[in-house]
Amino acid sequence: MEILVCVKRVPDTSENEIEINSDGSDIERDDLVYSVNEWDNYAVEEAIQIRDNVGGSVTVVTVGDEEDEEVLRREMAMGADNGILISDDAFEGSDGKGIASILKAEIEKGKYDLIMTGAQADAGAGQVGGMLAAMMDLPYASLVNSIDIIDDKKIKAGREVEGGNQEMNEIDLPCVLSIQTGINEPRYVGIRGIRKVASVEIPVHGASDLGIDASSVGENGAKVKRLDYYLPDLGEGAEMLEGSTDEIVEKMIELLKSKGGIK
Amino acid sequence: MEPALISPAKMLLFGFIPTAIFSLLIPMIGVGLFAYIMAKRIIPLILASPDFRFDRICTRTINVLKLWLGQYRQPRYMVGGLIHILIFAGFIVLSIRSNQLVIVGLSEDFVVPGMGGIVGHIYNILKDYAATIVLITCIIAAVRRGLFSPERYKVPARYGKAHTGEAIFVLGMISVLMISESLFEASSVAASIQAGLHAEYLAPLSLAWFLKMMLLSSSKGTLQVVHILSYYVHDVTFFSFLCFLPMGKHFHVITSLFNVFFMKLDKGTIKPVKWGVTDEQLDDLESFGVKKFEDFTWKHMLDFYSCADCGRCSDQCPANAVGRPLSPRFISIKARELCFESYPLEKGAKISKGMPLIAGLLEDDDKGIYTEDEIWSCTTCGACEQECPIMIEYIDKIVDMRRGMVDEGAVPQSLQKPLKALEKRGNPWGKMEKKRAEWTKDLDVPVKILDKKTTADTLYFLDSITSYDDRIQDIAKATARVLTAAGIDFGILGKAEKDSGHEVRRFGEEMLFQDLKAKNTGAIEKAGVSNIVTTDPHAYNALKKDYDNLPPVEHISEVIAKAVTSGKIRLKPVENKELVFTYHDPCYLGRHNDMYDIPRDVLDAIPGLNRVDMTKSRDRSFCCGGGGLMLFYEPEEEMRMGQLRVEMAEEAGANVIVTACPFCMVNLEDAIKTSGLEGKMEAIDLVELIDNHLIME
Repeated sequence: MEILVCVKRVPDTSENEIEINSDGSDIERDDLVYSVNEWDNYAVEEAIQIRDNVGGSVTVVTVGDEEDEEVLRREMAMGADNGILISDDAFEGSDGKGIASILKAEIEKGKYDLIMTGAQADAGAGQVGGMLAAMMDLPYASLVNSIDIIDDKKIKAGREVEGGNQEMNEIDLPCVLSIQTGINEPRYVGIRGIRKVASVEIPVHGASDLGIDASSVGENGAKVKRLDYYLPDLGEGAEMLEGSTDEIVEKMIELLKSKGGIK
Repeated sequence: MEPALISPAKMLLFGFIPTAIFSLLIPMIGVGLFAYIMAKRIIPLILASPDFRFDRICTRTINVLKLWLGQYRQPRYMVGGLIHILIFAGFIVLSIRSNQLVIVGLSEDFVVPGMGGIVGHIYNILKDYAATIVLITCIIAAVRRGLFSPERYKVPARYGKAHTGEAIFVLGMISVLMISESLFEASSVAASIQAGLHAEYLAPLSLAWFLKMMLLSSSKGTLQVVHILSYYVHDVTFFSFLCFLPMGKHFHVITSLFNVFFMKLDKGTIKPVKWGVTDEQLDDLESFGVKKFEDFTWKHMLDFYSCADCGRCSDQCPANAVGRPLSPRFISIKARELCFESYPLEKGAKISKGMPLIAGLLEDDDKGIYTEDEIWSCTTCGACEQECPIMIEYIDKIVDMRRGMVDEGAVPQSLQKPLKALEKRGNPWGKMEKKRAEWTKDLDVPVKILDKKTTADTLYFLDSITSYDDRIQDIAKATARVLTAAGIDFGILGKAEKDSGHEVRRFGEEMLFQDLKAKNTGAIEKAGVSNIVTTDPHAYNALKKDYDNLPPVEHISEVIAKAVTSGKIRLKPVENKELVFTYHDPCYLGRHNDMYDIPRDVLDAIPGLNRVDMTKSRDRSFCCGGGGLMLFYEPEEEMRMGQLRVEMAEEAGANVIVTACPFCMVNLEDAIKTSGLEGKMEAIDLVELIDNHLIME
């Protein structure tokens, strides 16, 4: 089975103190450390496990610049067979649809049975997977938390549904899946693993390689533009309970009772 | 002069078969079989990974004299130890006699060279008593094993069956050897006395002496039968015993001497990934760590052969005590069983090379004798190694297997985050580098941050937890005040300091450790200090044992002890007379670095301090739960180690636990809270205590 996983390099939330920059256009990016988007990492692990079971290959792809190559190497150290870096100045400032159309161009160059994305990344929009599937006219399942390969035509994908329910779907291949965390336990990638793939060639594809009209992507092609970026003011209704543990517990119980949380 | 009885060397069975044939055949078959078994047992050692153990021959010889011949560690468990010492001493004495006896079957007057005359007579008395003592001890040991078996001999169901059968069988064999040897001698002496001939003097009240008394009234014919029969019973038992030893836990009778000789000499260190491969060559290694049986070094295999199954390691193991899935004893026993199965003794039987060790680690293989959790459960506290009478190692094996797991990517999710943070930020929480020195803000004494321009004599190396943890920063602050009071010119590395990597290495992530080590070494060199002090025993051990060519490293307790002695620091008396202090020995200060007295001396320098020791203290100290990455690991366990430790302090009558390690502080303070002892028990670091008692001029 030929599997493609779309990955993204994101600021690591657990290892950074995220602050908004002074002009409110973005977060402060100096002093940040980056890593593979957590959801993508689960997707790559799942792809590797599927490949190990049924054969085939795993390709990881990202849209970015030379700094983003680092995440491809990390995923290749994990076990992905190939990496592709999609990079062009024209891609900068693309919105979700732009990214999806860039990925579509890359995917159409190859022949993949299964395309995976993380359920969401740092921006939290969770849009690329769905758009990509729609643009390519492929079946799509989001928030997938289990995959069973039935044969080379069909898979069974489990989805997490609100309220702890589980849904199982049979999906025709090729298809696009967005992967939820917890689907597996991603393996550890140490420095040694990364060094082993340090010299592997990673092809870079630009707009012309992919036959993309530069004006349809990037900042110019973006139909969604970010207007502002800020930490909302603390609203009413949030209340800090103070006092000793016992007092806090007592106040808490009273509050819950008065608001109808407990009887 | 003709002896009263015909000796086995001259006896003719049924008047025409010389029994000397048996005297020749039995040893020939016995030695042949033994050589065959030993050759088979040596095969895996040859296929094993290299290990460098041929250095410092003098030290090694002294170790053999002290630990093997002197049985130095046996009395740590008094009853079992005493029994062992008696049997061991008996074996040593009787080894000469046993060999002599084998040859006597061919040549009746054979005397071991140097054993003639007066020496021989003295020896004979000695060996008579030795045999007697060994027999009595064997009976006591068998009764103890069968009826009053200590808890530590039990074999939990998941580890297989108890080994009591084998133990009793061997004790029986030894007893047969003692009785037959004495019967052989006694029958001869009895016959000589009956015939009025000169008889060998038998040590009064010895086994042989009693047997002689019983046999005096027997007929000469009976004595002759007893004489010959006892000889061959002894001969057959002796060689059966020899060939039985390499079959199980009694292999230690043969291997322990070598195991002690080749023991690890440098406590607290970790073996290289592969002996003979330098740190620079590590990138070229195809595989890291121990994944298959032959990845173990030959010495580690010898350890498996040598385990006598005495259960002392597991009895002391804190992981075992709190119900984690680890029992060091079975690390050895399971590996030995795997080895014996993979390398069968039968001629032509197939050897199974490359047996996987950890279940599910390697592709398509659920086989394996260990589980991943078992190998992650160890805190590397060293209690097992401290106890083993024959110096079996565990930490290096555990670390080697962790290296294998890291290499395969099999790292628990709970450890992946801190490891990645260490890679990116140099500390397991992923906190910002620039905040490493934040604790110095609002401090009442100045702390220099060393770089090319700012220098100092002493570097205070904090390590991650002391730099970043809110509670532990108090230890750093106290240290700054104490160092200032002692008039020491010191500074810190600030954001240039990285985690020492002590646990990174011990959790098997060698390349990340190498990276941290290189960064720290560079920063320390740049700081140009003449010595280093640390309050963290893990950092202390890392800088001392894992790093190379650094300025001398001291733990803060050493610095305080010197300052107290020289009068630079003066301490005021304890105000609250109700307080009873106990000192909890951190594993990496005590067991791994033998520093037991200095911290106690420092405590005792505070006037009026009432101090008691816990039953488990000094080199038997009980691990608090582990430091570094162990704080992040989520083990399966019934209770926290810290909780047991706090109970021990309570039992000792203490209400203040003094420790000298930031991780002990975290674990013990947690345990005090979870045990509901808040207000009744407190934990304090040695430096904080000194800081509280400083007399300021």
